Amino acid sequence: MRIEVLAPGFATLLQDGGRSGLRRHGIATAGALDPWSFALANLLAGNPPGAPVLELTLSGPTLRFHAAARVALCGAGLDADVDGTPVPASRPLDLPAGSVLRLGRCLDGARAYLAVHGGLAVAPVLGSASTDLRAGFGGCEGRPLRRGDRLPLDSSVAVDALHVPAWWIDPAFDDRPPGGDPLVRLLPGSDATTPTDALFAQTWQVAPDSNRQGLRLQGNALEAADRGERVSEPVVPGTVQLPPDGQPIVLLADAQTHGGYPRIGHAIRADWPVLAQLRPGERLRFAPCTQAEAHRALCGQRQRLHRIALALDAKNDRRA
Amino acid sequence: MNDTTIEPLGEDALLLRLDRRIDADVNARVHALAARIEAARPAWLREVVPAYASLAVFLDDAADGENYLQAAHHWLRALLDGPDAACPAPGAETAPFDIPVCHAPAFAPDLDALAAHAGLSPREVVARHCAGDYRVAMVGFAPGFPYLLGLDPRLAMPRRATPRTRVPAGSVAIGGAQTGIYPRESPGGWHVIGRTPLALFDATREAPCLLAAGQRVRFVAIDEAGFDALSAGAGA
Repeated sequence: MRIEVLAPGFATLLQDGGRSGLRRHGIATAGALDPWSFALANLLAGNPPGAPVLELTLSGPTLRFHAAARVALCGAGLDADVDGTPVPASRPLDLPAGSVLRLGRCLDGARAYLAVHGGLAVAPVLGSASTDLRAGFGGCEGRPLRRGDRLPLDSSVAVDALHVPAWWIDPAFDDRPPGGDPLVRLLPGSDATTPTDALFAQTWQVAPDSNRQGLRLQGNALEAADRGERVSEPVVPGTVQLPPDGQPIVLLADAQTHGGYPRIGHAIRADWPVLAQLRPGERLRFAPCTQAEAHRALCGQRQRLHRIALALDAKNDRRA
Repeated sequence: MNDTTIEPLGEDALLLRLDRRIDADVNARVHALAARIEAARPAWLREVVPAYASLAVFLDDAADGENYLQAAHHWLRALLDGPDAACPAPGAETAPFDIPVCHAPAFAPDLDALAAHAGLSPREVVARHCAGDYRVAMVGFAPGFPYLLGLDPRLAMPRRATPRTRVPAGSVAIGGAQTGIYPRESPGGWHVIGRTPLALFDATREAPCLLAAGQRVRFVAIDEAGFDALSAGAGA
């Protein structure tokens, strides 16, 4: 019972919710960069939250399913087909044994998630199946998928033919209207800039050397109010660092555990999906926010996910 | 009264800053405070992450609530202002952990340059480096990377102007007034003066990291035959 990798895609990684409680050992969180699309894909595939999935970046893999499977695709929009028949995202797809699922290039957004019912049976390392790319462990030998890899599949669905339901769920993670530059809300950091609103006063562009460790931004250089040397202190995913060149870096899931640059803000969790889906060259803006607003935004997102889960349960009950 | 500051570090962590210096006494206070927080084990505590002069306290998501960060802040402030419970830093009273290091030229590309900078012979550099009584100030940068305090000031040397693209795993190096060991091959700007055959980090080991923050460390010089013997043993 396996999935065979016929083509790996640009950078396809096994990820789950990441590692917790190991930062004192220098071990990063890793895990799905877009927690919303990750959760949605597992929900649609009928998995418990946090089951390991495939995270693909900019272009997807081509996979042969040697057993029948129920899968779901969420996140960045992309062309996908099963043996040549185009298939849509944001709903469960039933694939018969022998199917070849081809995931193309991302058309909008940077990362998509493929969840497989029953989960990808990967042995956890330090409590998680996530790939830690920088440290080289977890997931599939600590590296992106390669052609010829075989992923153990723990599936038990009976499927005779490709089935695509006529319904889908709305993948939006909040009620913000479409259009305009993506907006990321920031909590205050330890350090101020001069002037204090410099980070919020301009639109930033995503630099090409951004990766899962950090989103590197380009714009008019910022200046820290206090330019003195700093001793390394703990940093976390979401921390906005300001290196000497004045171009901020937003740390993401693979963030190092300690850093010595000024810290001028923290991207709130509810907006991590925005950060994860930005492509090199795209623009974004920041807005200041309070702890209470950050908490309300995260609760709102969790409630939305819960409502989707209830709707899916109701649908399954009717079918039974 | 305690002048330690507490500030939020994102949504589910607080940063406690004791000072802004790299200093052995400050770092010892960091580890003593980390031990006090861990010993008190508040229900919301997920993890304490020490650094040189600060530490981060991570809160469990299960303790989520609009004011949970503030509640933890008050609890920590009360602990800081409370009677200073006698709680020694972990490892303070234990024997040092010995790290065998081979300083053969193939393993020590920067030993001669560092000796020239210090005005010492390479042999004297090795002797001084091995005479030190070190303490792990923090583990960070990469899994299992120990930042060590206690370097002989004579051996301090600014980082390389251009970092090496590949520093082999096990490289023992000096960067500024610090010394450390690269757990895994990676880029690096510190001066490499030797190599240990020990694996500083192994994700599949029960204790993945060889060293923990607060621990005492000594370097013990070995020759190439000793290095090979220990490498073979580690690989078995």
